[in-house]
Amino acid sequence: MISVGPSNEPVLEVTALRKEFGTQVAVDDVTFSLPAGGSLAIVGESGSGKTTVAKMIVGLERPTAGTIRACGQDRSTPARSLRDRRRRGREVQIVFQDPYTSLDPRQTVEATIDEVLRLHHGWPADRRQQRVRDLTQLVGLDARQVRALPRSLSGGQRQRVAIARALAAEPRVLILDESVAALDVSIQAQVLNLLADIHDETQVSYLCISHDLAVVRQLTQETVVMWRGKIVERGPTAQVLDDPRDEYTRRLRASVPHPGWKPPHRAQLTGAGA
Amino acid sequence: MTGEPQAFGGAALLELDGVTVQLPVEGSMRAVLQDVSFAIRPGEAIGLVGESGSGKSMTARAIDRLLPPGAAVTGRIRFGGRDVMTLAGADLKRFRGEVAMIFQDPRAHINPVRRIGDYMTEALRTNAGVPVNEASSRAVALLKSVGIEDGERRLRQYPHELSGGLLQRVMIATALLTKPRLLLADEPTTALDVTTQAEVLAILDDLRTDLHLAMLFITHNLEVAAAICDRTIVMYAGQVVELRSSNLLHSDPLHPYTAALAAARPSVDKTTHRLLAIRGRPQSAFEAPADECSFAPRCPHVQEICKKARPALVALDGGLTRCVRAEELRGRLEVVAHGSIPPKSEASP
Repeated sequence: MISVGPSNEPVLEVTALRKEFGTQVAVDDVTFSLPAGGSLAIVGESGSGKTTVAKMIVGLERPTAGTIRACGQDRSTPARSLRDRRRRGREVQIVFQDPYTSLDPRQTVEATIDEVLRLHHGWPADRRQQRVRDLTQLVGLDARQVRALPRSLSGGQRQRVAIARALAAEPRVLILDESVAALDVSIQAQVLNLLADIHDETQVSYLCISHDLAVVRQLTQETVVMWRGKIVERGPTAQVLDDPRDEYTRRLRASVPHPGWKPPHRAQLTGAGA
Repeated sequence: MTGEPQAFGGAALLELDGVTVQLPVEGSMRAVLQDVSFAIRPGEAIGLVGESGSGKSMTARAIDRLLPPGAAVTGRIRFGGRDVMTLAGADLKRFRGEVAMIFQDPRAHINPVRRIGDYMTEALRTNAGVPVNEASSRAVALLKSVGIEDGERRLRQYPHELSGGLLQRVMIATALLTKPRLLLADEPTTALDVTTQAEVLAILDDLRTDLHLAMLFITHNLEVAAAICDRTIVMYAGQVVELRSSNLLHSDPLHPYTAALAAARPSVDKTTHRLLAIRGRPQSAFEAPADECSFAPRCPHVQEICKKARPALVALDGGLTRCVRAEELRGRLEVVAHGSIPPKSEASP
């Protein structure tokens, strides 16, 4: 069922990507690739263009120029058939930030996942049932929660449902768009551990869109830093965070609170030309 | 917990003593705050840290008399020696001028169809009867103090013309117009970009010193609280579980929850494969067990003694902690925070 590209080819390849909104250039000449089983972060603040890149990859925005290839197939232009669209769904899935608005309030957890299995794999009922059990177990939901509607679940539980639903399509790439940003610290740690386990146990690759450098360090091997639509720095995540070269990356890194951190004084701020 | 505020010394500007708040939910009363006691001295910054349901925002609302209708409050809240709960009329109005509040999302609190100038000077013009010109020039001066140089132009603009960071500075400047003695800041930097957050924190820190302003800074982030607050209060399930000098919060926490919260946050400085997650989910006051330690169901150090009664808030090593095993665990909690007790799989030291 899973379309596998040639083994030496990256699962996701973005080349010279550009997006204009009117006269504004939101994404400017962005190029990166994600190896099979790898994990890449796109780091940036509001207006950096990171979310627009994610939207173009999943097909929610159409690139002005440049190409996107997933599993060796071009996806720079809209899907031309239902078949094509479903194939793309089996290549790339996304987990959004807000677990309160990304689930259908009238659908139980079971039905949510079952629908994806039916559409993408067309399996018989007993096989789907088994897979729902496996997936919900993988993300740590119990039998009662599996039969529940989203409204009776907490934010962390809903985010687990969103992850299970995304994995149900058996994607090669999972885009995590600020997926743990809205969670309480103790729940965020549980979901980050879950994502680390899933990465170890499956062949899925992660593209992590985040403003949170600590989350990025926890989740990814490679990082690109975006600022005002452009990539300003790239490299192994630990290297980018420990030894940032670009001026913006340095300022970003210096702004992250950590034990013992103090905010820079105003005189220093104006000196930094913010 | 009575008799506890002495631990602070000095004359308090704000004093909470055994504050308990219940809210009506579906016909029954549910506790959201339980026995909350602390004090803030003039010019002092206190951090209030907790997760959802911890009661941190509700504490600020109780102080500013902004609780929902039907709320039942017991205990005492005193500001400048006066009982806040019984203030009315002109006294309440004056109190609201002395205690200003800023919120997480400035766009939700600033009228989008009015100009910045109208929003900023409204309280001064209508409550204090200050003439428009004078109110405007005071607004411009305060905008300058939060790093906005072209204040006159900003006063003529609408909220949608300003970025989130600028708008948050406008809200801070507005809160300061009535010359408050206490600023209640409820997650004022959570919705901001991290570089903007650093700028706003620096501004708040400087203003506090310049204006001798006391501050209650509410946040879910221990590091942010520690960065600009003298002392930090950690809340769990509607109770204060720890009060500690901010510079000791990470290196020498007194309560297992504080240590667990610090350990659960991924680090930007070092790579770890697994985090030390806290099992279960955060509880509200009404969900937590009433006759044992409210953190017991999630605590990695739980023992039988923890389930016998609600622990009292006790003084230890210059701070306060609500843990019966606090003395026993003294100095051992930070070790856990740095991953020396092995989790499920391998973890870097």
